Amino acid sequence: MDTLFFWFFSLVMIVCGLSVILNRNPVASALCFAFSLVSMAALFIMLDAYFLAAVQILVTAGGVMVLFLFIIMLLNVEAAESIPRQKIWMGLTLGLALIFIYLVSLTLNATPRGFVPQNALAGESRSLEPGAPTPPADLLDDTQRIGNRLFTHFVAPFEITSLLLLVATIGVVVICKQDEPRRSPHEEISREAPSARPEKETTLTR
Amino acid sequence: MEITLNHYLAVAAVFFVIGLMGVIMRRNLLIIYMSLEMMLQAANLTFVAFSRFYSYPESPSRPYFNHIDGQVFVFFVITVAAAEVAVGLALIVALYRLKETTQVQNLTTLKF
Repeated sequence: MDTLFFWFFSLVMIVCGLSVILNRNPVASALCFAFSLVSMAALFIMLDAYFLAAVQILVTAGGVMVLFLFIIMLLNVEAAESIPRQKIWMGLTLGLALIFIYLVSLTLNATPRGFVPQNALAGESRSLEPGAPTPPADLLDDTQRIGNRLFTHFVAPFEITSLLLLVATIGVVVICKQDEPRRSPHEEISREAPSARPEKETTLTR
Repeated sequence: MEITLNHYLAVAAVFFVIGLMGVIMRRNLLIIYMSLEMMLQAANLTFVAFSRFYSYPESPSRPYFNHIDGQVFVFFVITVAAAEVAVGLALIVALYRLKETTQVQNLTTLKF
């Protein structure tokens, strides 16, 4: 069953990834991208990373994709008439890809140090057998383990990441801020009138 | 057939290469950006796969358990990628206001 699910989700992921780069319409590309992200979350679940699967769906497939779709809508990006098919670039890309896959296949045959086959993992809830030693309770909950690790060993990077998010937020506001257009007196009046549209809406539409 | 680490690594490599091809082939800035995100996600998959299959004995009473640090790294990568997408898309919007295009062949100011 695991095997079936693995092949199904990786096939969906790769086919959706291919249609991201082969689709003419940016909206279709974005939706295919969301699909491939969701199937990657399914692969995370198969790897016992439940917390990360939830984060993947919430943050990446939810937030980032909505952002992409909004930008596509705002910029009114038209569908390309045709995917540019320059022979040189296609050939170069394919060559690069083949070289990369060859290099990866070289490393795949080497077993890294510390690697243990899947069935030797006694600390996994899935491979628990009657004779196996009971794993400690704190090894079963991946969310708890990530949290413990994040707030003890990785607490400095965690704080720096929060700073990074703050910087990104302020940066986005600064980059996107348009220079204030000169307002006509009429608009000034209509903004101050209480019966006019709420101020928030006018600033948003501007 | 048992799914091993190598299967996950191969799938991640193929996904990474698809992202690389998208970055090189496509002309639309938004699609290029999506392909960049795909490459990041492929790296995330390798992180999670290694964290699942790389295990070590800590002590005799705690025999083998998987290493959680890979998943912590993926957490950081997702956070940074989200911030990066926000800033990058803001830059694309600013560029569109200036040049009225998102096709990279029309953005040749820095070409020499």
